Amino acid sequence: MLPFLLRRVGVMILTALTLSFVVFSLTNLAPNLEKLARTEGSVRMTDDAVLSWIENNGHGGLMVTRYGQWLGVVPGWVRTDDRGVTRGRCITRDVTAEAAPRYCGILQGDWGTSTVFREPVSKTIADKLGATGWLMMWVMLVMVPVSLIIGVLSGMREGSRTDRVLSTFAIATTATPEYVSGVILVVIFASATTGISPLLAEWGWISGRTLFLGTATSATDKITFWNFALPVMTIALYGIGYIARMTRASMTEVMTQQYIRTARLKGVAFHQVILKHALRNALIAPFTVIMLQFPWLLNGVVIVETLFNYKGFGWTLVQAAGNNDIQLLLACSVVAVFVVLVTQLISDVGYVFLNPRIRLS
Amino acid sequence: MTDWDPSKPILEIENLSISFFTRLREIPAVMDFSCTVMPGESMGLVGESGCGKSTVALAVMRDLGKNGRITGGSIKFKGRDLTHMTEDELRHIRGSEIAMIYQEPMASLNPAMRVGDQLAEVPMIHQAMARADALKLARQIIADVRLPDPDRILRAYPHQLSGGQQQRIVIAMALMAKPALLILDEPTTALDVTVEAGIVDLVKDLGSKYGTSMLFISHNLGLILDVCDRLCVMYSGEAVETGNVTQVFDKMRHPYTQALFRSIPLPGADKNTHPLIAIPGNFPLPHERPTGCNFGPRCDYFLDGTCNTGDIPMDPVPTHDRHATRCLRWKDIDWDAPAKVGKVTEKLPRGRLVLKMDDLKKYYAVSSGAFGGGAEKVVKANESLSFEAHENETLAIVGESGCGKSTFAKVLMGLETATSGQIMLFDENVQDTPIQARNTDTVSKLQMVFQNPFDTLNPSMTVGRQIIRALEIFQKGTDDADRVERMLVLLDMVKLPRAFADRMPRQLSGGQKQRVGIARAFAGGAKVVVADEPVSALDVSVQAAVTDLLMDIQRENHTTLLFISHDLSIVRYLSDRVMVMYLGHVVELGTTDQVFAPPYHPYTEALLSAVPIADTRVKKRRIVLEGDIPSAMNPPPGCPFQTRCRWKTQVPGGLCDTVLPPVQVLAGGHQIKCHLSAEALAGMEPVITIAAE
Amino acid sequence: MEPLSWPMIFAKMAVQFWPVWTALVVTVALSLHFRRRLGLYGKLFDSTVGMIGFVIVMFWVFTAIFADVIITFNPLGQLSGLKNALPGTPVPGSDQWYLLGGDHLARDVFSRVVMGARRVLTIAPAATVIAFMVGITLGLPAGYFGGKLDTGLSFIANLVLAFPVILLFYLLVTPEIRSTGVPIALAAVLFLFPVIFVSVLLNSRYFTTPSKRNLYVGVSLAIGLWAYSGLAFNADPTGIWAMDPNLLNVFVSVVFVNAPTVFRIVRGIVMDLKSRDYVAAGQTRGEGAWYIMLWEILPNARGPLIVDFCLRIGYTTILLGTLGFFGLGVSPESPDWGSTIDDGRRLLSIYPHPAVVPALALMSLVLGLNLLADGLREESMRD
Repeated sequence: MLPFLLRRVGVMILTALTLSFVVFSLTNLAPNLEKLARTEGSVRMTDDAVLSWIENNGHGGLMVTRYGQWLGVVPGWVRTDDRGVTRGRCITRDVTAEAAPRYCGILQGDWGTSTVFREPVSKTIADKLGATGWLMMWVMLVMVPVSLIIGVLSGMREGSRTDRVLSTFAIATTATPEYVSGVILVVIFASATTGISPLLAEWGWISGRTLFLGTATSATDKITFWNFALPVMTIALYGIGYIARMTRASMTEVMTQQYIRTARLKGVAFHQVILKHALRNALIAPFTVIMLQFPWLLNGVVIVETLFNYKGFGWTLVQAAGNNDIQLLLACSVVAVFVVLVTQLISDVGYVFLNPRIRLS
Repeated sequence: MTDWDPSKPILEIENLSISFFTRLREIPAVMDFSCTVMPGESMGLVGESGCGKSTVALAVMRDLGKNGRITGGSIKFKGRDLTHMTEDELRHIRGSEIAMIYQEPMASLNPAMRVGDQLAEVPMIHQAMARADALKLARQIIADVRLPDPDRILRAYPHQLSGGQQQRIVIAMALMAKPALLILDEPTTALDVTVEAGIVDLVKDLGSKYGTSMLFISHNLGLILDVCDRLCVMYSGEAVETGNVTQVFDKMRHPYTQALFRSIPLPGADKNTHPLIAIPGNFPLPHERPTGCNFGPRCDYFLDGTCNTGDIPMDPVPTHDRHATRCLRWKDIDWDAPAKVGKVTEKLPRGRLVLKMDDLKKYYAVSSGAFGGGAEKVVKANESLSFEAHENETLAIVGESGCGKSTFAKVLMGLETATSGQIMLFDENVQDTPIQARNTDTVSKLQMVFQNPFDTLNPSMTVGRQIIRALEIFQKGTDDADRVERMLVLLDMVKLPRAFADRMPRQLSGGQKQRVGIARAFAGGAKVVVADEPVSALDVSVQAAVTDLLMDIQRENHTTLLFISHDLSIVRYLSDRVMVMYLGHVVELGTTDQVFAPPYHPYTEALLSAVPIADTRVKKRRIVLEGDIPSAMNPPPGCPFQTRCRWKTQVPGGLCDTVLPPVQVLAGGHQIKCHLSAEALAGMEPVITIAAE
Repeated sequence: MEPLSWPMIFAKMAVQFWPVWTALVVTVALSLHFRRRLGLYGKLFDSTVGMIGFVIVMFWVFTAIFADVIITFNPLGQLSGLKNALPGTPVPGSDQWYLLGGDHLARDVFSRVVMGARRVLTIAPAATVIAFMVGITLGLPAGYFGGKLDTGLSFIANLVLAFPVILLFYLLVTPEIRSTGVPIALAAVLFLFPVIFVSVLLNSRYFTTPSKRNLYVGVSLAIGLWAYSGLAFNADPTGIWAMDPNLLNVFVSVVFVNAPTVFRIVRGIVMDLKSRDYVAAGQTRGEGAWYIMLWEILPNARGPLIVDFCLRIGYTTILLGTLGFFGLGVSPESPDWGSTIDDGRRLLSIYPHPAVVPALALMSLVLGLNLLADGLREESMRD
């Protein structure tokens, strides 16, 4: 087990390095830097001025060197300009040139400064991740049990009426991306002119104008059912369909196995066959799927946070990309990739752990 | 259960009919099936695939699935009709009074549950036994099925056991509740013959120990003879003959039973003087059954106007013991008339040397450890193989799984290169030449026929196209039209209608596919053909026809045939010389007569004893090997066979444990790789004796 | 003129779709009649789910084909006074209505959705086809040979798959990146695969008869490279093959995201199929590796691949919608469904129709594709 883990972690680190380098190169492309120069310096800078700004602010030189600096394995740049002011990667308002450390990259915990939020990137990311954490937690709490139950129920008797109804539901939700389901949910539940809210208001069942809130901005301060249900459901719906279909496929396959017949012909009752014999074997595959859902959940998070204006990680990513905030976008990417890789690792290890056939061979 | 009289039958099936329903039509699977099993009796159900024997078993368990339905008749178990029971009532009977054992032991055990829990579940359900007591009982039953170290096995997961051990666990599970009736559906088909022999012995012993009645389903007549008291022969959904084993075997009264016995290679059959008689035609598909007798179109005694007019009932044979046949003409047939002997052929003289292997070795490096990494290990798949093969000759290569016969085929074909040693093929050394580097001529002269008929043809290419492709690649034929013509000639050669050229493989039966495979192999005028178990996946009646075809083509083309098989009956029938392999070693090599008569290598001796023979005259000495075949990854030191050898004590000084035995060359070039002294070898007795008629 | 009531709106729309209905009826009738001779496609009509999916998909396909006839107004035309007009609002100075209302720029929502279908249904299948070619061409050798090649290719595939899609789009589909030439470089690599695929396919089959081989491979190379030069480098002198740089960027990114998944599927199937006896038969008669991969293995992998192809078109449609939703890489005028939803969502709670209509359109198309895939899977497993 240990060699397997070590190898797996090794591959993961290699992947993380490669990916972060790719992201670094893509965010630090020359046009992006020029744009940065014009926003940070002045819009009317000449092309030469732009080039020298880039050079003076440590964005010149080889991509690999700059990546090394950002990572914190190459000493940060230091430059003294004509006026004798020494500036450098590690020199800030609070840290003088003399006191500055040689290395200051993400390995040292220095993620740079966001140009949009005007604060250290690490702080922005931490805050926003916290907000998104709540969203993800509720999504998981809704999505996982619901989808597993749907999958198991429809998979245990393939072709039955329950199966047909639940499968159709699952297919319909997988066909509905978040930006579609979000729009529909808002129109039905959170529009003052259409859907059920006008009716409810007319009958006097709700005090406000709409049943649910169309934005989740207020959830940043306090999460309530009314401001959080729609965003959570929007993300969860898509995932429910997908995981439920995987679970169903896995369950139907298990139900045709010979050992299920053995159990049945041993005289085990149907519910016991499901609980004792089928479930454990059927849930191995969905476990992996749930873990591998994270990249896609992240997608959903970005869409939903934009749609419902919830200032979390996804919203930040859009802001960073839209405003050419290189350091922030870079940090967002690294965090996203890191989350994905860790869940992949958990998925692999979990698969081995859940499956005695692999664990003990 | 108290009102059941033990002198009455335990299982009584009367006029049972079962159909499967698809969207298009109803497919009758079993029609008018009756049989009776008395307490303590074991009943065999025998027939070819698709005859409905497994369906009967599942109907007894009332587990026909969504599409299957019992459309008529009754199944009485201890006097109670199973066909009218509710799910709840059935559940109390399943596992406790009727238990079932299946073909695939690995698939029938839950991979995620410990063996102990799976066993203990049975008494916990049916007798509300406490878990601790149930586990104690499980431990005792595991010892009963002769598994070593029961405590370890209780805690093990199924995949940690070998195939033979798994099947023993399945049997143990069936015996946990001491059922009155045990249904065994091809319980040994997935196992090696020497392992099979052990399981069969166990089943017989346990049957008599617990007084369990058995319903034993098999396609193998030899096994039925070994295990059963009575049998029921099925053909295309119907029982055609039933009776006690000796009477059905020796005094059969149905033409199908007779034809079946004539098509299997029993001792005494010989490819030149006593060739097998294949049953003509094909097994009818369920929706294309003829009126009247299902076997009619293939029967030698068919009489128009009698056999094809209406349903035929079972007719009891007077004076025999509950013997009945579904034949209208059985009284008219002279059952003692000798079979029409097929065409007798001359044995062709042995021709020039075409293939010579000299001290061939093939090792693989594999990484051990579950997750990659770990130490590299060397698997010795082939260890010092030396033999010769001549034109016109059939050399059989016999062995069970892991003996290295497939590796040997790969190296010879050039899919792998040898680690060391030499292969001389038509005056050319090819041991280091992979197939890409061999010239077209060499490749087309050395071809292969594969084992699995359902896998040997590309499912998405027409039959004709596949043969034409072989012609193209072998550079035969001048243009497309010429190649089409050659392809049709090849179809003629394997006795398939020319219209088959446009068929897709799925429209062909197993035997027909195998014929196409043979045609494809001979497309380039092959001189040496490696046949890897070419008939083992086919039904017995088809086996004879395909074997005959191979022999015919061999005689015409003067081909050298390397016939890989684990089935000693067919090997004895068709081969000139035999090479026995065990764990990568050639343990015995000689002419067929030499190998099948003493002195034997101890492994050959056990193998001969293990193969079931469907002939009541044959008397066998029972030699059951202990344990399983060791893994090729982890072979024992010294003699590869020492872990299971019953002669080991006769070799002084524990030589078998430490030293690899030398090859002893006996009279007539007969080679045996064994430490036994010449006297000990000479003192061996034959395993098989045929009682004088 | 009076505004139309909802039943009237639907009636008018149904009339507008007449070429689609005609084509659908003809297709279904012909297919039902000949279904026993049409293989897997014919069997699709045995499954209710599959047939419903097929009809929905074909509805949109025909809508895309006949879009010019169906639309009632220029999808880009803005008519004054019809900003955010409700569905069924009559258009002053004509005898027509804005059947599904107007959007925030006073354009006809109905015509835009119909035209959007054409856009979606040209890009999504084309991108999926290219992704399949890339995935197959790389997945076959990875699965067949294994070893270092497999390790390397799988590592790269996993790299791409570890990117959250949205992030990849934000990095790859930007005006800045277009000026660096990265999309063209990607296109140069990705578009090469179809050419390689077809040439190798034909060569491995016909190399035994050189005259045929030279003809087939020559023709496919000529057409392939011609299209390649036009699409990837915009260097086709005749101008037949050309792609707008915006579109190229979107297209390439979508292919790039999809190809690794296809690669993984193909690799998995090949690893399973390569142990079959017919593969061994090919090897023992000395066939080349590519013949075995392309002609012995690939045709037998078609079942799962066709199913995945349908699902993947749906997935690509969703991806394109996502791109539109974030306003990435598409021109602001574009009637494609994703950007229309994005435009509409700002006033969602007051005027829902400009966003809901394309949302429902996209959902129904993807649903149709999923149902179709499900039907195909069910029917192909029945054999």
